[in-house]
Amino acid sequence: MVSPVCSKQIGVLHKRFKQLSHNEETLRRDHFNEIDDLAFNPIRAQIIEAFFDRRNFHQNGEGKVQEIGFEEFVVVMSHFRPPSAHMTEEQRGKTRREKLRFLFNMHDTDNDGIITLEEYRHVVEELLSRSGTLEKETAKCIADAAMLEVASISVGHMEPDEFYEGITFEHFLKLLERFEIESRMIIRFLNMDTTTLCK
Amino acid sequence: MLRCGYALFWLLESVLLICVVSSVKGEAVVTREGSNITGIPIISFKWHHVETPYLVAFWVLVSFLGKLVIEANHHVTSVIPESALLICFGFILGGMIWAADKVQTFRLTPTVFFFYLLPQVILDAGYHMPNKLFFTNLGGILVHAVIGTCWNAASLGLSLWGCQMGGAMGDLDIGLLQYLLFGSLMAAVDPVAVIAVFEQVHVNDVLFIMVFGESLLNDGVTVVLFNVFDAFVSLGGPKIDAAEIIKGIVSFFVVAFGGSLVGLVFGLLISLLTRCTKNIQIIEPGFIFVLGYLSYLTAEMLSLSAILSIVFCGMCCQKYINANMDENSVQTVRYAMKAFANGSETIIFVFLGISAIDKVIWVWNTGFILLTLLFVLVYRFIGVFFLTWILNRYRLVPLEFVDQVIMSYGGLRGAVAYGLAVMLDENKIKEKNLMVCTTLIVVYFTVILQGITMKPLVMWLKVKRAAVTEVSLLEKLTNKMFNHTLVAIEDISGQIGHNYMRSKWKYFEENWMSWILMKPSARKKQDQVFDVFHQLNLKDAMEYVTEGERRGSLEFVRNENSIIDFKKKSESESFDINNANMSNDHGAIRDPIPSVSLEMHEQIMKAVREAEAINAHHLLDQHLYKSRKQHRHRFSRSHFDINRDEKEVQEIFQRTMRNRMKSFTSAKMGVKPPKTIVKHTQKEQQQKPMKILSRSFLGSEGDSASGYDQSYMRATYRAGAGIENPAFMPDLDPMDLLQIPPWLGESELDSSMVALSHRAQVDLPRTPSNLRRLAPLRISTRSTASFTLENIPDTQHACVFPQNCN
Repeated sequence: MVSPVCSKQIGVLHKRFKQLSHNEETLRRDHFNEIDDLAFNPIRAQIIEAFFDRRNFHQNGEGKVQEIGFEEFVVVMSHFRPPSAHMTEEQRGKTRREKLRFLFNMHDTDNDGIITLEEYRHVVEELLSRSGTLEKETAKCIADAAMLEVASISVGHMEPDEFYEGITFEHFLKLLERFEIESRMIIRFLNMDTTTLCK
Repeated sequence: MLRCGYALFWLLESVLLICVVSSVKGEAVVTREGSNITGIPIISFKWHHVETPYLVAFWVLVSFLGKLVIEANHHVTSVIPESALLICFGFILGGMIWAADKVQTFRLTPTVFFFYLLPQVILDAGYHMPNKLFFTNLGGILVHAVIGTCWNAASLGLSLWGCQMGGAMGDLDIGLLQYLLFGSLMAAVDPVAVIAVFEQVHVNDVLFIMVFGESLLNDGVTVVLFNVFDAFVSLGGPKIDAAEIIKGIVSFFVVAFGGSLVGLVFGLLISLLTRCTKNIQIIEPGFIFVLGYLSYLTAEMLSLSAILSIVFCGMCCQKYINANMDENSVQTVRYAMKAFANGSETIIFVFLGISAIDKVIWVWNTGFILLTLLFVLVYRFIGVFFLTWILNRYRLVPLEFVDQVIMSYGGLRGAVAYGLAVMLDENKIKEKNLMVCTTLIVVYFTVILQGITMKPLVMWLKVKRAAVTEVSLLEKLTNKMFNHTLVAIEDISGQIGHNYMRSKWKYFEENWMSWILMKPSARKKQDQVFDVFHQLNLKDAMEYVTEGERRGSLEFVRNENSIIDFKKKSESESFDINNANMSNDHGAIRDPIPSVSLEMHEQIMKAVREAEAINAHHLLDQHLYKSRKQHRHRFSRSHFDINRDEKEVQEIFQRTMRNRMKSFTSAKMGVKPPKTIVKHTQKEQQQKPMKILSRSFLGSEGDSASGYDQSYMRATYRAGAGIENPAFMPDLDPMDLLQIPPWLGESELDSSMVALSHRAQVDLPRTPSNLRRLAPLRISTRSTASFTLENIPDTQHACVFPQNCN
C-alpha cells in the first residue's frame, strides 16, 4: 500500500479538487481539459486517462470510469508521494513497484498486462510528435527500435518458436531498474519537506 | 615501451644540461661577437635571439616527455595518480637544474600560471560540464563553495593564530590578519587537482559534481577573501571598521555575480558567432578558445572572478556550439580543448615539483607546517559533514555518509593555492617563505598522498561508482514521458515545483534562446531521443558498410557495366515472376525452390573464381577510395574536404545497395525489384501485411555466429522479437542475409506464407558470392539517412502479431 497522504496535504488537495470541479462532487475529463498549462503537454491524454483508470485506484479494478470522486483523486495523486525517511527495503521495493505500475498502466491501454508494439508506438508518437520536432514516421521508427532493443535485452536468444508479444510488467521493472523512480517520481506538495509534516 | 621511456629520459637530461649550460655561456658568445667582427661568420650561435620562445617550447616538450615516460606503464599509473608522478618528475628535474646551476632558474610564476596555464583547464571543465546535473545540485554546490570555503578560511586562520598564541610554533610573529589571509588562500579546493585525482576513480555523478562544482565556484569566494584580507593587511588592524567589512561582503556578491555575468555574455557571443560562421568552418573552432580566453582576461581586468567567468562561458555556449557548428569543428574543439587542458595540467604539475627544489624559499617550522596540515584536513571534514547534514534536510536524495567522507577527503589543494601564496607581498608579510613552503607541503600531501589513497578508499568504502552502461532507448523514452508526467501532475495539483520551473525554463529556452542562438537547421535536430536514435542509425550504417567491405562483397568495385547487366536481367525476370505470383500463390512459392538451387550452383562456380579475385578487388577497393580522396584534396588552406562529402559516401552506398538488390532479384526469387531508387513513401497502410514466422532461420544463425557478437544479438531479435518491422534490418551482416528466404522479401504475398525449413537454410552455401545475391531485404529503419530511405522498396511489411494482420 502506498503510504497515505497526511492531513495537511489532503487539505490542499481538497481545495484544488473543489477548484477544478467547480465545487461539484466529482471530476470529469472535461474538467481536466480546462487546465491551461496542461494543454501544452504532449501526453496530456494519457495522464488524464490515468486518473480515470480503475487500475490506479488500488482496488484491483479494471476499466475506466467516467468521473472520479475526491477519494480516487487523492489515491492517484498519492502515487507521487515522496518516500518517508524511514523505509525498509521491502517498503521501498513496494513503492517502486507501485510507481512503475502507474507508468506501465499509462502505456498499456487495453489492460492486458502487456505493452504491445502498437500500444508503444502510440505512446511514443504522442510523446514525440506533438513536440513538433519529429515526424510521425520517425517516431514510429523510434518506437520500433526501442521495442527491439527491449526484446534483445529481456529475452536474448529466442527459440525459433517463440514469439515476443510485448513488454510485460516484470520486464518493465527490470529494464527500468536504474531509473531510481522512487526518488524521482515525486511531487512536493506544498513545496515543503513532507517528511517533516507526516510521520 | 619502458626502455623507450628510459632512453628518452637520458636524452632529456642531457639536452637539459646542455641548455642550462649554454644559457650561461650564451652571454659570452654574444659579447665576443659584438666586440670584434673580423670576418663574416658562416654560422653563429644566437642564443639570446631565441631564448624565451625556446625555453618555453623546451619546457613544454620536457613536460610532455615526462608524461610519456610516466604513462608507459599502466600498472604504476593505476596505483599512483599521474599528477603525483608528474610532481615527482618535477622534483627530479628540479634537482638536475639545481645541480647544474646552483640556483633555481625555473619555477612556476603566478603570471605564467594564472594567465597561460590555468585558463585552458577551466575552459575545458566548463565546456564539458554536465549542465543538467550541475544545476540540479546547484544549491548544494553553492552552499559548500561559499559557506564551506569561508568556514575553512576562518577556522584555519583562527586556529593557527590561537596556536601561535599558545606557543606551539616557536617564536613566530604573524598577525591575526595575516593568518586570515593565509587561511583564505589555503581554503580553496583546487579544480585542477580534483580533476587529476578523480578522473581515475570514477565515482558516481552526484558526488563528483558536488566536489568538482565546489572547486570551480569557490574561486569567487577565494578571490574576494584574498583581496579583502590583503587589503586589510595593508590597511593595518586599526583601520578596519564596520564599513570595510560591509564593503567586503558586498564585493563578494559583485565579484561572484559579475564574473558569472561576464562569462555568460561571452558565452552568448560565441553562440551568436557560430551561427554565422558557415563560410569559415576551418577556423570556427578558434573562436571558442579566443573568446573564452578573452572572457577570462576581461574578468581579471575588472577584478572580478576570472575562473567563474570562463566556467560560465563554457557552460553557456556548449549546447549552441555543438548544435551550430559542423561536426568536424565540434570534434576539433573537443580534441583541441582536451589537448590544451591536459597539456596545461601536465606542465602545472611538473613545475609544482620543480619549484620545490629551491633552497632560497625553504623555511621550516615544524609546528606551523604540521598544524596547518592537521587543521586543513580536520576542518574540511567538519565543514563538509555539517553542511551536508543541513543540506540533506532539503534534498530529495540525501547524500550518503560514504559520499560525504569522499567529499571531505577530496578537498584537494593545488596550484591555485600555491600561485596565490607566491603572490603575497614580502614587505607586508615577513614570513612569506614559510607560507609558501607550507602551501607546497600541503599541496604535495593532498595531491600525492590523498591522491594515492583515494582509489583504495573509494573501493573500501564501496562508494557508488559511475554507471558506464549506455542508456537504452527505452529508458530515454520513459524518462521523457516521465518528465512530462511530473509536469502534468504538478499542473493538476496546482503546485509550482521544480518541474514547473524546469519546464518553464525549457519552454523559454526552446522558443527564445534557441531561436536567436541556434541555426534553424540545428534547431530541428535538437531532440535528445532523436539524437540517440540518430546515433544508432549512423552506427548501423557504418557497420553495414564496413562489414560489407570486410566480407569481400566488393561488387561496386568491379566494372561498372555489371550494373547495367543486372538491371536488364532483373527487369525481364520480374515480369515473369510477378505474373507467376498473381496466378498462384503457393505455386509461386514452391517454384522458386528449384531455381534457387540452380542459381546456387551457378553461384558456387562463380565463387571459386571470385575468391581468387577477392584480393585483387581489395586492392582495387583501396585504390578506388584513394583516387577519390586525391581528387578531393585541393591544396587550399580553406578547403579541407577529403571525403567530407556525404554524397560520395552515399553514392558508394547506393551503388552497393543497388547492386545487391539487383543481384538478389536476378536470382528469380519472386521479388519485384525496385526499378528505380524510389523514395520511401508512406504507403504502408495500403500494403498487404506479410507475416514472417522467421524464427526458424534463427536456429541456423546460431551456427553462423560471425564472431561479431553484436550482429548475432541483433539478428536474434530481428526476427525472433516478433516485432518485426518490415523496413528494418538491424544487422547488415551479409551472413544473415543468407538465411532470409529471399522470397520473403518485398512482395505482396499472402500471410499464409511458409517459412524455410531448417534444413533448407542450413544447406545454403555461404560463400562470399552469395552475398551478392542476397540483397538487404530491409534496410534498417533506424537509419533515417536519406540514402537508405531511398532504397527501401515500398512493399515491405511484416506482420507478426496475428491479430494485427489483416
